[in-house]
This record gives sequence, C-alpha cells and structure tokens, in this order.
Amino acid sequence: MYNEPTAEQIEREALYRQVGMTEEEYRRAVELLGRRPNWLELGLFSVMWSEHCSYKSSRRVLKRFPTEGPQVLQGPGENAGVVDIGDGWAVAFKMESHNHPSAIEPYQGAATGVGGIIRDVFTMGARPVALLDSLRFGPPDDDRQRYLMREVVAGIAGYGNAVGIPTVGGEVKFAERYRNNPLVNAMCVGLMRHEDLARGTARGVGNPVLVVGARTGRDGIHGATFASAEDPLEKERSAVQVGDPFMEKLLLEACLELIATGAVVGIQDLGAAGLTSSGAEMASRAGSGLEIDTALVPRRETGMTPYEVMLSESQERMLVVMERGKESVAGEIFRKWGLEAAVIGRVTDDGMLRVLDGGKVVAEVPVKALVDEAPVYERPAREPEELAVFRSWRWEETPLPERLDEALLALLGSPDLADKEWVWRQYDHMVLASTAVRPGADAAVIWLRGTRKGVAVCTDGPGRYVRLNPLLGGMHAVAEAVRNLVCVGARPLAITDCLNFGNPEKPEVFYQFEQAVEGMSRACEVLGTPVVSGNVSFYNESKGVDVDPTPIVGAVGVVEDMERVCTPAWGPGMIVGLFGPAAPAPEDQGRWLGGSEYLLRVHHLLAGDAPPLDLELERKVQEACLEAIRRGLVAAAHDVSEGGLAVALAEMAIAGGTGAEADLGAVAAGVRPDVLWLGEAGSRIVVALRPEHVEAVRRLAEEAGAPFAVIGRTGGDRLVLRAGAVQADLPVERLRTVWKEAIPWALSENSRVSSSI
Amino acid sequence: MRFAVIQFPGSNCDMDTVRAIREVTGAEADLVWHARKDLSDYGAIFLPGGFSYGDYLRPGAIARFAEAMDGVRRAAEDGRLVIGICNGFQILLEAGLLPGAMRHNDHLQFRCEIVPVRVERADTPFTSGYEPGQVIRLPIAHGEGNYYADDGTLEALERRGQVVFRYAGENPNGSRNAVAGIVNEAGNVLGMMPHPERAVHRWLGSEDGRALFVSMWRAGRERQLV
Amino acid sequence: MYTARVYVTLKASVLDPQGRAVERALHALGYGEVRGVRVGKVIDVTVEAPDAGAARRRVEEMGRRLLANPVMETFEIESVKPASGAAVEG
Repeated sequence: MYNEPTAEQIEREALYRQVGMTEEEYRRAVELLGRRPNWLELGLFSVMWSEHCSYKSSRRVLKRFPTEGPQVLQGPGENAGVVDIGDGWAVAFKMESHNHPSAIEPYQGAATGVGGIIRDVFTMGARPVALLDSLRFGPPDDDRQRYLMREVVAGIAGYGNAVGIPTVGGEVKFAERYRNNPLVNAMCVGLMRHEDLARGTARGVGNPVLVVGARTGRDGIHGATFASAEDPLEKERSAVQVGDPFMEKLLLEACLELIATGAVVGIQDLGAAGLTSSGAEMASRAGSGLEIDTALVPRRETGMTPYEVMLSESQERMLVVMERGKESVAGEIFRKWGLEAAVIGRVTDDGMLRVLDGGKVVAEVPVKALVDEAPVYERPAREPEELAVFRSWRWEETPLPERLDEALLALLGSPDLADKEWVWRQYDHMVLASTAVRPGADAAVIWLRGTRKGVAVCTDGPGRYVRLNPLLGGMHAVAEAVRNLVCVGARPLAITDCLNFGNPEKPEVFYQFEQAVEGMSRACEVLGTPVVSGNVSFYNESKGVDVDPTPIVGAVGVVEDMERVCTPAWGPGMIVGLFGPAAPAPEDQGRWLGGSEYLLRVHHLLAGDAPPLDLELERKVQEACLEAIRRGLVAAAHDVSEGGLAVALAEMAIAGGTGAEADLGAVAAGVRPDVLWLGEAGSRIVVALRPEHVEAVRRLAEEAGAPFAVIGRTGGDRLVLRAGAVQADLPVERLRTVWKEAIPWALSENSRVSSSI
Repeated sequence: MRFAVIQFPGSNCDMDTVRAIREVTGAEADLVWHARKDLSDYGAIFLPGGFSYGDYLRPGAIARFAEAMDGVRRAAEDGRLVIGICNGFQILLEAGLLPGAMRHNDHLQFRCEIVPVRVERADTPFTSGYEPGQVIRLPIAHGEGNYYADDGTLEALERRGQVVFRYAGENPNGSRNAVAGIVNEAGNVLGMMPHPERAVHRWLGSEDGRALFVSMWRAGRERQLV
Repeated sequence: MYTARVYVTLKASVLDPQGRAVERALHALGYGEVRGVRVGKVIDVTVEAPDAGAARRRVEEMGRRLLANPVMETFEIESVKPASGAAVEG
C-alpha cells in the first residue's frame, strides 16, 4: 500500500540513521518492542527519542532544579507550570524556544513559536494574558541580522497582536555568537481560577479522543528531530510550519469554553512531533493506552500516509480526551466557532500506543517504551579552555578614561542597552486593557481587573556572564530576573526557563549546561522561586561555533496592591538611594570590571569573571526593597545591571525626564571611577525616595541586614556623577537622544556603519 | 440604555469594551454574537477592535457581511448610536456606513502607543463630555489605520465638521489630514482608530477614554434610546 | 470548472506604502532604473460554471462585492481558464 521500507530493509540498510537514530538506539527499540519496528513504528521512536521530546541529554541534570513550594499548584511535566496568587486565582506560565525554525524562516518561525506557547497555557485552562519574548541576534551590523530581527519582531507582532494577547516584555540582546544561531524564546502567562485547572492526561478506558482545530497537512514532519540536529540551514526546509493566528484565536476561545463545561478529561497541544508525542504523553501521564485511527483525522492534503499524519506538526491543533458520551458537547462548541472536532480514537488500558489506518493496525508500541524508556545520556563535561584565558586577564592594564561622559554615552547607545521601543511598539502591549506597567520598565505588570492585585512578569538571560562563569552566570540569570520583579513591587513566586546551549555532545558545552543549571538552582533555592516549567534547546551551533550559553529565565510575581507599583521614572526633589554594595573593596575591582558591558563596548574586551553575586545578600536586598515599596516609601526603583550604576541612573533620569546629581565620594577610596560608575555586581537596586521617607528606609534596610546608602538627589535637567571630582556631566536630553535613536538607526536601511562587537 | 458589543470571530477587544461600558456607566452591556440579526433592543452598538476573520483579504472586508451588520445598519438609520473602534472603524468603512478606506500604515509597521488626540467636535453624542479642542491621550494599536478618502470626500468631511478626532502629535500612520475618527452626516455613527476602552483607569496609563462612554450614556438617556 | 485569476491593485491615485517601500529597497540594491512599484494581490477563484463567460460574470460580481474595495482598489480579471485537477483548499 504505502511505499515504505520494510522492517528488514530498515535494519539491513541502517535506515534508522535517516530519522536521526543511532544504531544503539535502534537496538534498544528492537529490544523493547521484542521485534524489529516497521517504518511507522521507527518514526514514533525517532521523534519520541529525539532530544527535543526526550530530553535525553538534559534529563539527569534538570532533576537538580528545585520545583516545589507552597505556591506551586503544578510543577514541571505538564504543558505549563501553575502557581497560586491568592484569592482563588492562579497563574499558568511557560517559556519555549523556537530558535531553529526562526533561523530558517524568521517570520513564521517566531510566529509559530508564539502560537505554540499560547496553546501550552490555555491547555491548562488559563486565559492567556501576557506574552514576553527573549531574542538574541548577531550584532546588527550586517543585512542578514537586520533582516532576521525585523522579521522575527514582525512575526511575533503578526501572531500575538491578532490573537489579542498583549506582548508586554522580554529583552533583545546582541552578540557575535548568535550570528548564525538567533535565539527566539517566547513566554506566555495565563490567568485562571483554581477550579479551572486542566491537565494533559488520557484517563478512563473507552473515553473518546478528539483532534480539534486546524486540519492536518504535511507540514513540519520530523521538526522535532530536526530541532535537535546541527546546522539547520543546511537541512531541507520542508519542516517550516505556517501559523494562522485567526485559527488560534478561535481555538483558544473554543477550548476555554469547552474546558468550562467540565466534560474534558484531558487536553494537550499538538506541538513538536504532533499526534505521536501528544498521544504518548497524555497516555503516559495517566498510565493508560491510546488507540488512534489516522483515517479519521481531518486532512488538508490528500494521499497522506499514517506516518505523515502521526508526525505532522501542523499548527493550531489540540488533542482532547472527553468524558464518554460528551462528544457532542465538543462538536457543538467547535461548530459555533467554525472549527472541526473529530473523534479519532479512544483511551485503552493496555498501555499501548496503537495506530490504525481505517481499522487496520499499522503500529503498536508500548507507551512506556516511547516515554519512560527513552535513552538517557550521561554526557561528559569539561571546563572550556577559554575560561582560564578569561580569568588570566589583568584588569589593572585597562586604561582609565579621563572622564566617563563618552563611555556612558557609548553604553547607552550600545544595541544591548539602547531603548527597544522600536521593537515593542510593534507589539500590541495594551490589548485586554490590563497592562499597568508597559514594556521598558524592569518588569511588566498586568492588573487583575476587578481586584487590587497585579501579576508582574519579566525575562532575563545574561549570556555573557554565563560564558565567563557558567555557575555564577546561572545564579545571575535567576537573581536578576527575580530582582526585576521586586523593582516593580512584586513578590516573586516562581520561574520558568529556556536553556539555550550549543551541542551537548561537546564536553565543554555540557559543562556550561550543568554548571548553569547548578547556579540557577542555588539561586532559586535561596530566593524561594522554584522552577515550574521550562524547555531545553541544544544544538544551537553552526559551523562548529556554539552560541553563548544562554539560560533565559522568565519570572512571575504577584503585586498585592496596585497602588504600590513602582517604575524607574523618578521626579524632581527626591533622594537617590542604593540598596546593595555601593563599591567594591579595592582588591575586588577586577571582579566588577570583568564581563561588564563597559569593558566590552569601550575597551572591546570580553574577559575576566562574571561579576560577584552573594545570594544571601541578594535575598536581603530584595526583601528590604520590596518591603520599602510595599509600605509606600519608594517613589521609583530600578535594577542595576549591565552598564552599572551610571546607566541605571541615566535610565531613571530618561524615564522621569528629570536629572540628578550623585556622589560616590564617600565610598570611592582606592576604587577607580570607571569601576565605581560602570562596574557591574549583583544585588543592587537604585531607589528614589521622598526626603521624609529616607530614615524609614534606612531603618528597614538595617533590620533586613541589607546595605543601603544615600548617593544623591534628583532635579534639574542634567545627570552629574561625582566621586569627589565630576566624572560625568551630561544633559538628560542628550542621554535620551543617544539611547532612543540607536536601535532605529542600526536597523535603518541607510545604516552601513558597522558597530563594534 | 442597553449597549451591545458585537463579537465577530477574531474580535479581541470585545470583552475590554463590555467591561469599560459597565465600569464607567454602570449600564447593561451585552456581548452579541455576530450571527444575530435583530439588534432592536440596543440603543448603542459597539463594533470592537480586533482582527475579525483574521483581517484576511482586507480588515473588515468579511465582517461587513455578518448578519449582525443588518441590525447595525438599521440602528444607524433610525438614529441609534453606532461606534466602531479600530477594527470596528474598518468594518464601518467597508460597510459603507462611513466614507473612506484604510491603508497600511505608511511605515508599514504595526504601531502600539499612547498618543495625543485632539477632540475636534465636542457636540456629538460621543464627545459631549470633552471640551472642544481638548487634547486627550488614547492608546492606538493597529497596522492599518492610514485613513484614505479622495480629495472631494475629505474636503466635504472637513467642511461639515465630520472629523471628530485628529492626531495632535506626530501622525502615527500617515492618515490623511491626520484623521483619527469621523462621524457620519447624521452624527450618530462614529468610527475611530484609538481605543477609548483601554483608557478607563489611571492604573492603565490614561483615563481619558471614560468621557466617551459617559457621553454616549448621557446621549442615550436624553434621546430616550432603548 | 474554471479558475479565474483576479488582480487587485490600489487605484493609481492612492499612495501605496508597500510599493514605495519595495521601490526604496530596490534602489538600495542598486536598481536605480526603477521608476515605480505597485504592490497588489493575486486571487485565484475556482468556480463551477457552464462556460468561461458565465464564470467571468460571476467572478466580476465577486470582485465588486468583496474582493476589492472600490474606495481605493481596482480589480481586473486576468484570465479564466478551465481548472486543472481538484480545487486547492486553503
């Protein structure tokens, strides 16, 4: 019937290699099955055992993450994590990568990435209320990078705007190592009542299994395998899927309506590896079996084989298990929304994933073999040699600029730190009429209409720090994301992550991965923010070059009182305070300089270690700052991160349209001015206070054991930085112009000026 | 007066609009499915923002054939209030209830921001709560808000004072004469690109949209609309 | 069955932002000789009809009612040909 290789041919001609399986994996499949798999069965194994679906390289390491806490309603292993935010409300969220598809077709790659993560969230029964996107490109000095960035941003906008979910945050960074491997990570956050929590399980023998939403075509077959292969650009391009946000919007409304009926047993997005992985995962969670007749799956194309139906990655589809006899409930709701819902099989109790083609069995594989028995690799890890080179850097040799004005302007105008309004004004960030803190602040805040509560969300991922020191960099990734929540006045609850690394078969890459996860885990433990969902993206490499190790953290917190929300915008007549260390000890100066944006942009040097971070101190600083905000003592707050204190102050001055004068003379002894103002270290937050609140904040910091110093006051239209002598003195308007114009200029068609690094 | 907000497949500001009406005026507001023909119970009808039918072909091109549009047309004819916001404005244009058409923004990008908008007419049932010439801040969010009408039509619109809202700062989309919102000749059908329903609370960055809902509610009472 | 190919373009008097952007890009790529670009849409409509003339009449009506917006667009039926094979569904 179908012109497919036989089981004998597969073995004899080693055809398993064509679908990305090693000989060892093939042997394992034969052993588990008790016979040689046919072509379709081989397909099921190959996608389920791909890195993308099985996490075979990362699984052991990921066990390290703390995943529990009283706030956690659903940890990893489901379509999204869920945390309690009080009063019967919960937040579901997850982040996922779509790096490889975006490298090939940036608009559709990014768009379908957004589509997939939205489905992961509404699958849980939550209404999606926010999207964030963390993007990494090569420096915008060549046409391809500019093209990639324009298209990725347009793809995110084209999809998210149409579905009607505000894209409220994320970040965009640039570095050489992303030139051939851009990163596109999308995060979705949904809101629900506790009682609406739905899960992806296939329970209840005889319950019908439905596929709902779009029809199935040949798109994206072997996308999951392909995501885990090197050099996607050289691979065939047939795996590109096209997104239909209109269909997604209808699917979203129909599914939420369906879940609300209470007749849904389990529901899951059809994502990577399509029916195969969703079917197997749903059965695996319930310990049941599943029977699917591919002839019953509505098609978009004619002549599709069961193999193609089972592996198709057509977008905007869901797999639903209904209570027996309630099929018509789904039919009615989906008809109203103009969508199809087809019964394609049923739940069994024999633990098999059985595929039929018009009633005839064409594949039969134990669910356990596909899911639980997937290979697990213990990859060797070795410290990259470049780390010793980075560490051998002698910071004392860095020339000291006479004044810091030019350095500050260079940093504000660098693509990483410059204003990203060009990006986020293409995103509808206000639909749903709940966005209280819009993009551009430390975190976005979504107001829970009808209450005084809000949900704060942000992403962060310091790839450079992780490259210099994977362990410490991993700690920074979590600490900074969580600190950003605190800066807007939110109590941090939990995180999701997307771990973007190179080829894990290289011991150096695996070392980065292992160490970063360890660092992230330590920070999560100390800061009380468990990991509730996440995703690993390996093989971000081309031509032998791996991306900077980039764990992206998506953090979620709750604002108890919307009246107390903070942003970086300060006003005149305020006192400028600093939580956390104001200056390094003279012997630690190199630590503040190493890995800094200043060292990179001004001295064109990637060297040293990641900046210091003491997790206990971090916790105290965050607690003190949050408490001060909650008591209404803080008028503005902003995290000090890349670019150091000077950039943080400049950003606050720009946001508030008000200048300031700051003096670090009191702590400057023996420390170079560039380290003082542009050096980087964790656990630092700048706040602006009304003069009458200074003492209360000082007391509060003391009680919490967090360092706090008054460093200046706001007013006027210039930013003046002193350490005894004036180090920088610039009009706020000048700072604003440089900061605002950098990205539009870099992306304009006229720009042919190459930026450094 | 009862308000209707028509829900088309792909509408995405429908719930925001219902909530804004209820919160600001306290009046009853129903979400009405696009397949309902009879809208005679409603004194005011909103066509909300979004991407009806995916905005495929042209924004509003397919929605104008929805059955609810019969009821909208009837309401427009007998002096009840009809307002289209963003995609709703595009639908009113496609349906011919307002003159002109929408093109892609001149910079070709989707644009979302809070912009200054001048209220050119404060004597309409939609704007009586504003001062004439008042500049308010309203969010915009669209890729196709570049209003076009030929010279004759545009001149007539201006002469008859049908331009109700005009962008007061930088023109965000290339719209002719910086048009942000227009009414029909009778003054009871308004189309506007900015989103008043997103500007109803200070926590949302602006509450300048509230007066529009209050104005409509007041007009409904004065005119004894259903 | 016949397939009619319909071209929809902006009227000559209406500024075409997409066309202008493409023109600028072509100039930037060195095609200085480009004097104008207009971007339009191609729509293939496959219809059941007794003959090509009847198909054309129906599609013309569709063009007026839906496919083009007469305020700013014009359309033209480029060709009506017997449909080859099964209709392609989106």
